[in-house]
Amino acid sequence: MTTVNTIQDLTGGEYKWGFVTPVDEDNIPRGLSEETIRLISAKKNEPEFMLEWRLKAYRHFMKLLKEDAEPKWAHIKFPPVNYQDIIYYSAPKKKPSAKSLDEVDPEVLEAYNKLGISLNEQKRLQGVAVDAVFDSVSVATTFQKKLAEKGVIFCSFSDAVQKHPDLVKKYLGSVVPYTDNFYATLNAAVFSDGSFAYIPKGVRCPMELSTYFRINAADSGQFERTLIVVEEGGYASYLEGCTAPKRDKNQLHAAVVELVALDNAQIKYSTVQNWYPGDKEGKGGIYNFVTKRGKCLGKNSKISWTQVETGSAITWKYPSVILMGDNSVGEFYSVAVTNNYQQADTGTKMIHMGKNTKSTIISKGISAGHAQNSYRGQVKIMKDATGARNYTQCDSLLIGDKCGAHTFPYIEVRNSSARMEHEAYTSKVGDDQIFYFRQRGLSAEEALTMIISGFCKQVFRELPMEFAVEAQKLLGVSLEGSVG
Amino acid sequence: MSTVTEATGLGSYLEAFSEMRQRTSHQPEWLRTLREDAFGQFCDIGFPTLKDEAWRFTSVAPIARESFSLAEGGAAELTLEDLKPFLIADAACRLVFVNGRFAAELSDCEPLPAGVEAGSLAAEIGSNPAALKSSLGRHLDLGTDPFCSLNTAFLEDGGYVRIAKGTVLASPIHLLFVSTDLDSPVMAHPRNLILAGPNSQADVVEEHVSLGDAKLFSNTATELVAEENAVIAHHMIERENRTSFHISTLQMHQERNSNVSSHSVLIGGALVRNNVHPVLAGEGGACLINGLFLGDDSQHLDNYMLVDHASPHCASHQFYNGILGGKSHGVFHGRIIVRKDAQQTDAKQTNRNLLLSDDAQIDTKPQLEIYADDVKCTHGATIGQLDENALYYLRSRGIDETSARELLLFAFAGECTGRIRSTPIREHVERIVRQSLPEGMTSDGTGEGAERRWEEIG
Amino acid sequence: MSLLEVRDLHANVDGKEILKGIDLVVNPGEIHSIMGPNGSGKSTLAAVLARREGYEVTKGEVLFRGKDLLEMKPEDVACEGLFLAFQYPVEVPGISNAYFLRAALNAQRKYRGEDPLDAIDFLPVLKEKMKLLEMEEQFQSRSVNEGFSGGEKKRNEIVQMAVLEPTLAVLDETDSGLDIDALRVVANGVNAMRREDRSMILVTHYQRLLDYIVPDYVHVLANGRIVKSGGPELALELEREGYGWVEEALAAK
Repeated sequence: MTTVNTIQDLTGGEYKWGFVTPVDEDNIPRGLSEETIRLISAKKNEPEFMLEWRLKAYRHFMKLLKEDAEPKWAHIKFPPVNYQDIIYYSAPKKKPSAKSLDEVDPEVLEAYNKLGISLNEQKRLQGVAVDAVFDSVSVATTFQKKLAEKGVIFCSFSDAVQKHPDLVKKYLGSVVPYTDNFYATLNAAVFSDGSFAYIPKGVRCPMELSTYFRINAADSGQFERTLIVVEEGGYASYLEGCTAPKRDKNQLHAAVVELVALDNAQIKYSTVQNWYPGDKEGKGGIYNFVTKRGKCLGKNSKISWTQVETGSAITWKYPSVILMGDNSVGEFYSVAVTNNYQQADTGTKMIHMGKNTKSTIISKGISAGHAQNSYRGQVKIMKDATGARNYTQCDSLLIGDKCGAHTFPYIEVRNSSARMEHEAYTSKVGDDQIFYFRQRGLSAEEALTMIISGFCKQVFRELPMEFAVEAQKLLGVSLEGSVG
Repeated sequence: MSTVTEATGLGSYLEAFSEMRQRTSHQPEWLRTLREDAFGQFCDIGFPTLKDEAWRFTSVAPIARESFSLAEGGAAELTLEDLKPFLIADAACRLVFVNGRFAAELSDCEPLPAGVEAGSLAAEIGSNPAALKSSLGRHLDLGTDPFCSLNTAFLEDGGYVRIAKGTVLASPIHLLFVSTDLDSPVMAHPRNLILAGPNSQADVVEEHVSLGDAKLFSNTATELVAEENAVIAHHMIERENRTSFHISTLQMHQERNSNVSSHSVLIGGALVRNNVHPVLAGEGGACLINGLFLGDDSQHLDNYMLVDHASPHCASHQFYNGILGGKSHGVFHGRIIVRKDAQQTDAKQTNRNLLLSDDAQIDTKPQLEIYADDVKCTHGATIGQLDENALYYLRSRGIDETSARELLLFAFAGECTGRIRSTPIREHVERIVRQSLPEGMTSDGTGEGAERRWEEIG
Repeated sequence: MSLLEVRDLHANVDGKEILKGIDLVVNPGEIHSIMGPNGSGKSTLAAVLARREGYEVTKGEVLFRGKDLLEMKPEDVACEGLFLAFQYPVEVPGISNAYFLRAALNAQRKYRGEDPLDAIDFLPVLKEKMKLLEMEEQFQSRSVNEGFSGGEKKRNEIVQMAVLEPTLAVLDETDSGLDIDALRVVANGVNAMRREDRSMILVTHYQRLLDYIVPDYVHVLANGRIVKSGGPELALELEREGYGWVEEALAAK
């Protein structure tokens, strides 16, 4: 028996979050039309400016659709998506805007319990406030009161539109305009909910903010939008997690995240993405087409993205930072795991505009099975960005010989004082490596675990403690059945 | 000279070649054929242009435009005193070549350690040509580089080193190539052959220097064969004057378990191209390709590596550091080919650069061609300036700015010189580097002064 | 009782017979050197003893400390006290030398029913062994073999051996590609580990190693069989005569 088989035998695991919750759903008819937009906006009782913004986005999207402007440059392959065959709004019928946990559909609560996310504040770990998004709507947000004492606003996007329309109006689309790209345009037109966080001047948010996204309904798309604004000298750490049931049909997830950091503000945004990746033959799974961008608007501000991407049939995602303020800092730490027939094209953009701006990119791609994993990153130093610095490291680990790893770095430098560093390597976990461990007395399981956690170490240490443990476990599951 | 040959720039070479053909007509036929074929090949291809991928960052038009003649033999006027600044203490032997010709009176080969042969290739061709037939011209790839063809066409003299099986040589062998002041531009095509037998160990220095400011076109080629389990280091030190053109190729053939290091230090010359081409032909071979280039004024320094992984379990590690000031232009072009059967290859490539002025330029291009599926390849490149924070830190501790800059530059260069294993050679190179850090950065001091300050800093 | 008994060992690689009947007995404290031309089966023998996969034993038996070695998993062979110094040590990015070696040591201690060693107790041991092999302290925290030169990798193998304290150490071409200074350091490290109850098998192609580590027995392996055995003088004879006579002798048979 070879090591290859040994590694295969270690496992045989399945996607553990693939259950369906039997809730009554309020679905709007399939398809996309001006009617759909008005219906969504009406259901959410939105002010006029929101509807107008959505309609502008809708018209722009129809134009893009006509022009066949769906991005084609990524190293991914998928059959055409029929945008008229998607249900754009789906919510649990029972009291979608619950005032307290008692009013939330117990089935939904049970679903979160099964996922290990307790929405009961007493049972929650102290220090993490959760906004739970179920299909198109936020079902509960914990610890709101405690946060409010500090002046922190953390609520669903729908609530924010109702209660803080000025803030929404000021920042919505300020980082990712509705014209930004195909998927962002679609999101602007149809987004249904998401999280909103606002940290006032000088406040260090006392707990981790987190959103747990769950797709439950069949044939629906999830289009959430998150907006986080941190005022001067404020600090926020935000975590997001996501899962979906196992279904044979692909489902679309096109989210937008906008972050704004003012002078001396810091935002740390962590994601553990675990959408349903499809089965071993590549059937089903989520198409995860996401636009995430932060703007370091103020001096000395800092935005840091950390992502662990293990799910989704296709991931298309480039969390980016626009470094406008002088001395601002952008960071991107990523572990992207693809197994079986998953495809990932992910990376970042660091746009240096201010003086002495600094960015760090650490990307770790792990590819197993028949998967394709690409890193795509752009570092752009604009003309006035004197003293800009970038450090990029993009490494790939191949498990087996049927998968692929690719790196596409783009570097544009318009200022001669820039300092750029780039490192990359590709290696393969092979029989040799495993045998080396075993000859020293360690088992094949221990070997694989050690190799992979060693490879991902630089990224995991950026995650909040609780998430780091989850990420490590997730990685083990995602690579189950992979070939060594 | 006809207009046609003038346009192609080959006229003076044709003249020189026919002259040399007559001079060497008594030599063995295989050798004459080798030259004839090479010259034919050179005439067919001509000089490379920017359209050739391997030459896309370096224009050799300044070389192609000019007419060069072969220098006359003899080094009558030179004395050992003239060479003093260039000598390596404790060398096992020294072979001196003046304008491409062996100068016995300046060389020092007695007594050679047991198991070592070292002398001029011309003498070896004269006395024992049959022994060269199996190695001379067998490894250099003429098809890809016209300068290698040109060198082979004019193959007459150079260093010849043979280390016998199991011989371990502790002190370095120094090949010193000196150019002198001559009235018209001359060319030299030194050809070196270094043969390291099984289990042998040696360090060879190939150093090119100028006495005076006359323009020289030196086009050298070295064939190095490392047999099984041989441990051999080659050190190229290029410090000719700032008017000279220098093209050199080090072709290395590595057998099983051999361990070869190539160290290149490019400091002099107007237009310099240094090719390092290891072929890892036997399993378990290791190759270190270490380089440092210091450019200033309008110097053009091109480092081109072609690493051929042809066997499994071989390692090649490239480390090049560049410091570029003035309007100098540096090139790092590293190409790695991993052949289908070369599984478990470990190829690493790192290029770090400091640009000291806005007009200095670096082109860095890694190029990986991988046909095996179980390999590890790493590449990294950095381009940056002297770290102003570090500079400030040193100054805040009382070190003046000039010294602080020197300290940092020397530390950066030291990453490369530190990889030289032989102590006398490393010290020799460090001395040269200290004296040559780009002007303007070490502004107000002479070489000596700089060194003194260095000592004070400790 | 002999430490290792190899009887009529036959083994295939990719369906081709490489070992064609090896007999070898190693007693406690003995140093055996196995020499032979490239492709004679030296490294295959080392790999079979360490239970590397892809080597199919078709006939014969191997007893290690009286137990059937061919029934053991690779990690159990290691835990039983057989250490293989790899011809090509493997790089493991992201895992420090110290962490790797402590994990290995604790796996072996667990197998023997001993308590694991914590970092505080472990590091001084590692430090001492690294000093013996003239390795700078920074190698502790560097990833296993990553970016090491050939010589550093080989020295690191011996550091591991010194920490794991095996009963039988198999050194597979540990001398290949080393310069003379590195060879001396490695040999000193190995010699420092010689003990009455510790045996070694030196697999090498070159006699030079045996100038520094003097074996009790030298075996010449050719075409999958041990064709000649003798004392250290046999190695010198091989150095003088080359392996040509071995092949000639085989052809004559």
